[in-house]
Amino acid sequence: MTNRSSASTSRRDFLRSTALAGAAVAAGGGSSLFMPTRASAADYPALGTFPAGSAGNSVFVGITVPRTGTYAVQGEDELKGYQLAIEHINSGHPLIKAISPKTTKGVLGKEVKYGVADDEAKPNSAVQNISRFISENKAVLMTGGTSSAVAVALNKLAQREKVFYVVGISGSNDTTGKDCVRYSVRECTYGQTAAAALGPVLLKAFGKGKKAAYLTPDYTYGHTVQKSISEYLNKEGGWTTVTNQVCPLGAPDYSSFLLNISNSGADFLLNINWGHDAVLSIQQAKQFGVLDKQKLVIPYQVPFLAREVGQALIEDVYACTSFWWTMEDKYPLAKMFVAEFEKKYGYKPEWGANTCYMQFAMWANAVETAGTFYPPEVIKVYESGAKLQSTSGEVYFRPEDHQLVRPCVIVRGKKTAAMKGKEDHWEVLDILPGEPLMDKPDAAGCKLGDYT
Amino acid sequence: MFNGLVLGALLALISSGLTIIYGTLGVLNLAHGAMFMMGGYAGFLAFEATGSFTLAIISGALFVMVLGIVMERVIIRHFYGRPNEDQILVTFGLSIVFVEAIRFCFGSLSRSVPPPAWATGVTPLGFMLYPTYRLVVVGIVAVALLALYLVLYRTRLGMIVRAGIEDSVMVDSLGINVFRVFMVVFGIGAMAAGFAGIVNAPVVSLTPDMGEMILVQTFVVVVIGGVGSFPGAILGGLIAGQILSITSMINPGYAYVMLFAAMTLVLLIRPRGLLGLRSRD
Repeated sequence: MTNRSSASTSRRDFLRSTALAGAAVAAGGGSSLFMPTRASAADYPALGTFPAGSAGNSVFVGITVPRTGTYAVQGEDELKGYQLAIEHINSGHPLIKAISPKTTKGVLGKEVKYGVADDEAKPNSAVQNISRFISENKAVLMTGGTSSAVAVALNKLAQREKVFYVVGISGSNDTTGKDCVRYSVRECTYGQTAAAALGPVLLKAFGKGKKAAYLTPDYTYGHTVQKSISEYLNKEGGWTTVTNQVCPLGAPDYSSFLLNISNSGADFLLNINWGHDAVLSIQQAKQFGVLDKQKLVIPYQVPFLAREVGQALIEDVYACTSFWWTMEDKYPLAKMFVAEFEKKYGYKPEWGANTCYMQFAMWANAVETAGTFYPPEVIKVYESGAKLQSTSGEVYFRPEDHQLVRPCVIVRGKKTAAMKGKEDHWEVLDILPGEPLMDKPDAAGCKLGDYT
Repeated sequence: MFNGLVLGALLALISSGLTIIYGTLGVLNLAHGAMFMMGGYAGFLAFEATGSFTLAIISGALFVMVLGIVMERVIIRHFYGRPNEDQILVTFGLSIVFVEAIRFCFGSLSRSVPPPAWATGVTPLGFMLYPTYRLVVVGIVAVALLALYLVLYRTRLGMIVRAGIEDSVMVDSLGINVFRVFMVVFGIGAMAAGFAGIVNAPVVSLTPDMGEMILVQTFVVVVIGGVGSFPGAILGGLIAGQILSITSMINPGYAYVMLFAAMTLVLLIRPRGLLGLRSRD
């Protein structure tokens, strides 16, 4: 790990840098040539897939998403966000340049290529997929998520292999909490911030002393979100948890859980299930008459939920999310993103695609700023606390746990009659600044680990 | 108990289709789960076009029956004389084709078929409220199983099928066109899965992957009940439904463990299955 690159590599890099410099000058991007931070591969020791992964004219990004199974819909959505970002990075699109001002075309002039593999939201599959991308394609960046169990597993892989990892969707507190690593960053909101954002809204809307039933998926995401939201409501609002039904990921039937919830005497059903599990459990809650006597709350919003269960079931349902497309009215970059996404895919983007687009865009910015693909230097850019322009306004990464400090968006399902279009499912009630919502970085026991 | 009955009834219907195909043709149809899914989607399309749940059920079942017949004529027929591994591979390949074709046409977003208006809401059972449609499902499946029973046990075709299960060489030597029977059997077996797919659609929304899990359960049911046994499929389905349901109430993580444990127990005590008459070699 301490071997320095050979002299031949150094000469190649020099020639390549010269050629790129010429091209950049010709393209009018000459200013970036004189960045003092720009460095060649020879300046750093070999680490992970560096410098092999960035020695050619292109760099490879390994993407693992669930394309089948419970989270398939959200996985495909994430992939669309990644693909749009790569397209924009390679073409030097104005939206990317707004987030990553030093970007011309590609990343450090290298075209971004990518491979996609299906992990079915299973950690083992995700680790195998990315391991293959690392060994066979020398991936300089890895991504994946949707299930926080996958995110946590990939965290460990990234730290072990010293390949940088941008987390896709992951709502567990653990991802940047007790399972955080130096080699990963998370963009989206998560259980603790969702609870801190949504809790006061629920207490204001419905008052104190209510009884809540929880339907919780049995893995890190479900447990941490349930813990966060129930602790907030119970402590701050005097709510009571009358039952917490823990169900397996991908359960085909929720009858037994819903019968228990139906008989629990709860006023509220807080459904933490996600993906198709959320769709199925909400539809079956309706079948069992649960939603006729208990008010539904979705603490961690699910992309495409309204489209799948139908607007009638999410009317007046409160949720916390990272992005909703009507935020384009407030943020210029959101407006650009929504327009570009809709132009390419024919519908308004959901928050998963937005998160994934932003993760790649911010990675491009970090590498361009570092002037190298050498992972520790890229990580240090993230840890600099520099403010970034995003589709949710100005944001920055917390150096202590690599969590993006970003707004939490409170939404409420619109009445069907109030919808201004077929995709106008949610009303944005509030966009809350992230920093006051977040626990202190050391609260969850994050220890980032080494750079090398 | 009720959950187990609903699930068990569905498993019984799907498994009966699988078991008569295997019993008669000797083909282990790994595309059976995909048939279940295709029935749901075909019914969904019919429902979208007509708004009629009855037409959706008829369309879903008939479409899959035709699909099964075409499958048998075009592909499966050429594999009767081939090793079991080839049959497994080809039906597994077909299931992938069907699933990905549906994903290509419909995407991964789930699709819903609402129950008929008269079957919506909940029914008070005295000790609990239960979704009306789920109770209706038990009735619909019971009628379907009765119809299947009548076809198998009260018609000439059924007699040939049962004889074929016992000794297909003898049936062939009696001058009966076995291939035509095979084609019809495959169509009926597939139809049972397709019918179950659309009947179950209002309970669980449709996704391209929905057949995978049901296929595993169905195989277990067939093994428990006895390979090739129609009554065995019904008994196995009801047992499997109760095991899955009761275990889910206690600890859902162990539902499949208990199902496979039950299967293992049956195989140890009675290798041919509870109502299986003999084992295929």
